[in-house]
Amino acid sequence: MQSKILLQQNFEIKGGDFINAGESSIKIRNILKDIGIDSDIIRRVAIVAYEAEMNVVMYARHGKMHLYVYSNKILLKIEDRGQGIKDIDLAMQPGYSTATEEMREMGFGAGMGLPNIKKNSDVFNINSTIREGTKLEIKINLNNKNG
Amino acid sequence: MKKRKHKLAEIVKIFNLEVISGKEFLKREVSGGYISDLLSDVMANSQKDNIWVTLQGHPNIVAVAKLKELAGIIIINRRKPDGETVKKAHEEGIPIMTSDLPAFELVGKLYESGISGTH
Ligand SMILES: Nc1ncnc2c1ncn2[C@@H]1O[C@H](COP(=O)(O)OP(=O)(O)OP(=O)(O)O)[C@@H](O)[C@H]1O
Ligand SMILES: [Mg+2]
Repeated sequence: MQSKILLQQNFEIKGGDFINAGESSIKIRNILKDIGIDSDIIRRVAIVAYEAEMNVVMYARHGKMHLYVYSNKILLKIEDRGQGIKDIDLAMQPGYSTATEEMREMGFGAGMGLPNIKKNSDVFNINSTIREGTKLEIKINLNNKNG
Repeated sequence: MKKRKHKLAEIVKIFNLEVISGKEFLKREVSGGYISDLLSDVMANSQKDNIWVTLQGHPNIVAVAKLKELAGIIIINRRKPDGETVKKAHEEGIPIMTSDLPAFELVGKLYESGISGTH
């Protein structure tokens, strides 16, 4: 079913920038709050956006996050240029992480990011090319009857 | 343990916490507590209006608290947040408090005072 696009915004994510990491996700949360999206949906989008953003910060040089709000769903696309993922099934396993010692000291690297993204998405797609980059596509349905 | 609603201001007073940021938000009521130093664990399992107990002090804790709509953060063990963390906490309106106690003692006391976990 085609549905109307209500809002579209793009965000830049800088690899390695742990100081500003999370800001794109906060902006997305604020936008969704402003336009009156249901708070349970916002919480799920916030988790998905944050974990995807952090993965770009940790494992890529640069990335973009695209937010699309439709009348019946929210679509997030995150694409980065970076190391890419060799084995996606392995990366999706809870607890699997290649985070460095430094990142672990900061509390990253539990290997829960991708599993949490999947858990909070209605549709989740991941594609990656080693040494090129990674693309995520996430859909979260809005449960409005007239969507 | 008898469940009781606490405002942040009461917790600050009872446990002698130092308020580093977000003084203007101490009226916030706390729904419960979560303790973890793993950020994706907090993202997954903390609940709205929880007080978050951690030893992490880097700027990313502010994003986590903001995105999960936590009531505030208590940093334990005499640790202090980074300068950048404090700056961001002011910008985003996140209360950060510090305690001299280690996690076990602080959480035990919070629990005793009526603040429960997420289960
Ligand atoms: N955008 C990405 N580019 C390259 N590798 C990635 C990317 N996202 C995830 N990975 C790989 O997949 C692994 C698992 O990712 P996941 O987000 O589940 O856990 P983590 O980032 O290691 O830890 P956490 O998210 O719990 O802090 C990572 O350790 C990394 O090896
Ligand atoms: Mg991750």
